[in-house]
Amino acid sequence: MKAVIFVIGYLILAPFVGALLDGVDRVITARMQGRKGPCVLQPFYDLSKLFSKQMIAVNNVQLLLNLSYLGFIVISGSMLFGGTDILMCLFLLSTADMFLVMAASSDSSPFANMGAAREMLQMMAYEPLTLLVAVGFYLAAGTFHVGNIIQSAVSPVLYMPGMLLGFMFTSAIKFRKSPFDLSTSHHAHQEMVKGITTEMSGPTLAIMNIAEYYEKVLILGIFALFFINSSWWSWPVAIVFCLAIYFMEILWDNVSARLHWKTLLTSCWLVTLLTAGVNLLILILMK
Amino acid sequence: MILIPVLIGIPTFLAILIPFIRSGEARGKIVYVGSGCIMAATVAMLISWGNQGAHSIQLYTAAEAVDHLMSLGDIFLMCLILYMSIRYRKVLPAVLSVAQTGLLLYVEANTSLPEAEHMMIDWLTVLMCIIIAFVGGFICIYTVGYMKGYHAHHKEYQDRQPFFFSMLFLFLAAMFGLVFSQSLIWMYFFWEITSVISFLMIGYTRTEEAIENSFSALWMNLLGGLGFSVAIALLAFGNGSVQLSDTVATGAALPLACLALAGLTKSAQLPFSTWLYGAMVAPTPSSALLHSATMVKAGVYLLLRLSPALHDNLVGLMVSLIGGFTFIMASMMAIAQNDGKKVLAFSTISNLGLIVACAGTGVEETVWGAVFLMIFHSVSKSMLFQAVGATENCLGSRDIEDMHGMLLRLPKLTYIMGIGIAGMYLAPFGMLISKWVALKAFVDSGNVVLVIFIAYGSATTMFYWTKWLSKLISQHHAREGVKDVTCRDEYVSMFVHAAIMLLLCLLLPFVATTVVDPIVAEMFGHSQAVLSMGVLTTMAVMLVSILIVPTIMFFVSKAARRQLVEIYMAGVNKGDNRHFVNSFGGDTHLYLSNWYLRFEFGRRHLLHPSIYLSAVVIVVIFCLLIGGAV
Repeated sequence: MKAVIFVIGYLILAPFVGALLDGVDRVITARMQGRKGPCVLQPFYDLSKLFSKQMIAVNNVQLLLNLSYLGFIVISGSMLFGGTDILMCLFLLSTADMFLVMAASSDSSPFANMGAAREMLQMMAYEPLTLLVAVGFYLAAGTFHVGNIIQSAVSPVLYMPGMLLGFMFTSAIKFRKSPFDLSTSHHAHQEMVKGITTEMSGPTLAIMNIAEYYEKVLILGIFALFFINSSWWSWPVAIVFCLAIYFMEILWDNVSARLHWKTLLTSCWLVTLLTAGVNLLILILMK
Repeated sequence: MILIPVLIGIPTFLAILIPFIRSGEARGKIVYVGSGCIMAATVAMLISWGNQGAHSIQLYTAAEAVDHLMSLGDIFLMCLILYMSIRYRKVLPAVLSVAQTGLLLYVEANTSLPEAEHMMIDWLTVLMCIIIAFVGGFICIYTVGYMKGYHAHHKEYQDRQPFFFSMLFLFLAAMFGLVFSQSLIWMYFFWEITSVISFLMIGYTRTEEAIENSFSALWMNLLGGLGFSVAIALLAFGNGSVQLSDTVATGAALPLACLALAGLTKSAQLPFSTWLYGAMVAPTPSSALLHSATMVKAGVYLLLRLSPALHDNLVGLMVSLIGGFTFIMASMMAIAQNDGKKVLAFSTISNLGLIVACAGTGVEETVWGAVFLMIFHSVSKSMLFQAVGATENCLGSRDIEDMHGMLLRLPKLTYIMGIGIAGMYLAPFGMLISKWVALKAFVDSGNVVLVIFIAYGSATTMFYWTKWLSKLISQHHAREGVKDVTCRDEYVSMFVHAAIMLLLCLLLPFVATTVVDPIVAEMFGHSQAVLSMGVLTTMAVMLVSILIVPTIMFFVSKAARRQLVEIYMAGVNKGDNRHFVNSFGGDTHLYLSNWYLRFEFGRRHLLHPSIYLSAVVIVVIFCLLIGGAV
């Protein structure tokens, strides 16, 4: 029953929470840069404007693939919030990302294709860590099952601080934050226009944005999983930590410049090995 | 069990018959009928074995005449290798061949082994037979159409089709013999046949490259064969028995290591991987056969058989480390390849690495995962090779770059390729489930290195498949269309493969309980449900979603009215999405290429270090075994 409520809550609230977070993000970013910035509800206005636009497309499959991307993200997130297997959830998340890559490369556009290639590279960069995080939860809580992980006596983060660090590092890719926003960014003035979203416009782009909101909440949900344990007060603590982590990502976004892909790949893989790998070794030795 | 000789006999008979038939059409019909007979015989065997209670059965205790025949066969193979080596002036294969055959004959002459069964049937054997008969059989059917197109394209090569078909069927016969063998001496005989046939098939075109690669395949496999015969000698003198089951039960380290070496060479693990992608010079059906139903599966089969004895010892450590290392290195090297068949070759090596790592860990869960991986890998790899081969006949190239926008040009082949690729790595298809199980089992057995290998290896695997897939579905209208010259029999084979693949995914829980669980139970004496109900429901949800989501979205997006516009380019689009106006006012043709990361992941940079590293691992562990344990 609880799982059903969580899933329904995720399905309905996630886009709002995601958009709201995005609005806050834009305000904070503006203040950090000494600007006033838009109002907090700006992402909602943007979305409604995108939906009101005429449907212009470069081919007939992009919308289909984008919608599938949204669909899989939603299912993946529902699996997490419904308390099922976290490893399966992460596998499905990669499948969803693959649909985004296909949507971008389906149009034979040079900029979107480069964006798609970089998106694949980014997936390759963060994927080892996500798998190791799932393994970390398995070792800390004895199960891949999210419903059981949240019932553990102590927060998993006590067993896997290294994994949390690594996940904070690589999740900048998922949040599309600098220095890892190679495939696309929030600004259209980069060297390859808007990367994967170059050929997406109007409702298609809105769908992509909504999917990103769902994904954002999904990633924050995994962060929350690090802190939640069987006591009720761990939940507000987890939410506070998630917000703090999100703030740190914004800060990092604003103080760093985007990196060359080689630096991205090697740094992510190295950080994964040093944080999650070492953490894993210790966990297995402790067992 | 009269059907075992029949199963080995039908392909052998066809192999002898086909060279005498000169008419292409008649030969094609014989191949259809022959493949059908092999499949029917397998089904008949399955039913009769099931009626007898589906127990493990041991057969043929007294078979001295066959023993002698096989010795003669071994000598014949040695003479053949010697002849070829002398003809092409190669020393290594000749030396290896003489050494192993000599050793084996010496053992047979100087030991009196107790009477024991020579063959057996159990669940794993039956599964292998089904794979060999159906995947192998359909490859033979595919070959009929393919070879027509192949020789129409490649006029420079001599048409030796009768020989090729003969070798295909002989290969199937040898594989049947191999999986039925319980006596290692018998298994060795079939093992050698597969080595020699693969050598002959790789050299089919008789170009310099083909001959070079065929000899490289030969010496590596003969090295494995030498390991095999040393293992037989050690077992015969040490244990007094050359039964496979006794070997596993006693678990003497050195013979196990030698057999494992044989398994590693045949399944193309590092440092012996080079022969497998060298084998790409041969016509595609032989690659399909080598990669999916036969050759490499023989190596994996042997390792799976040994698997219970590999748990928690030095040999198991060697096997699982080599497997895990191969998994990640081969998947990295696959990124830098743009030749479709080379990508498939590296992906085979990489996936086999995962299977080998599972076998080397040697616990129930990993063997469960390994069997599953083997089933899925055979079907989807065979399908992918066939699709690439057919594409090559249509496009005149198997370069992935040339497959840009293939969805619009060769839709049917693209769908087949797409299903094959999805089967290789996407959630919720079988490979991923096995990966899930393997990951869990590696964590449970506390092998940190393997967990890290699998985490990084799946990331790199994802990269090269996604790249290929997105090349295929690009909506690009090429200047000129392509004629689909794929024959009907090729399509029959590919569609059947695709249907099997989809059915396997849909019936996954069924396959798990009726096929894979009994295999594990038989090997370990007991079995537990590897996939819990919770996981199965999750998988069902994923499976339904992967089928339903795109379908619903298809209708939703179809309902949306849209205006089609041109893509954005760096200059003004000329209106055809292919040209744009450059800064000099002229036209520039747009060319989109995939990203190959050649300087980072290229074979040139990674191959030799990984060969040396894995060779060192093998040498060190052998030294430890010879010096310390025995």
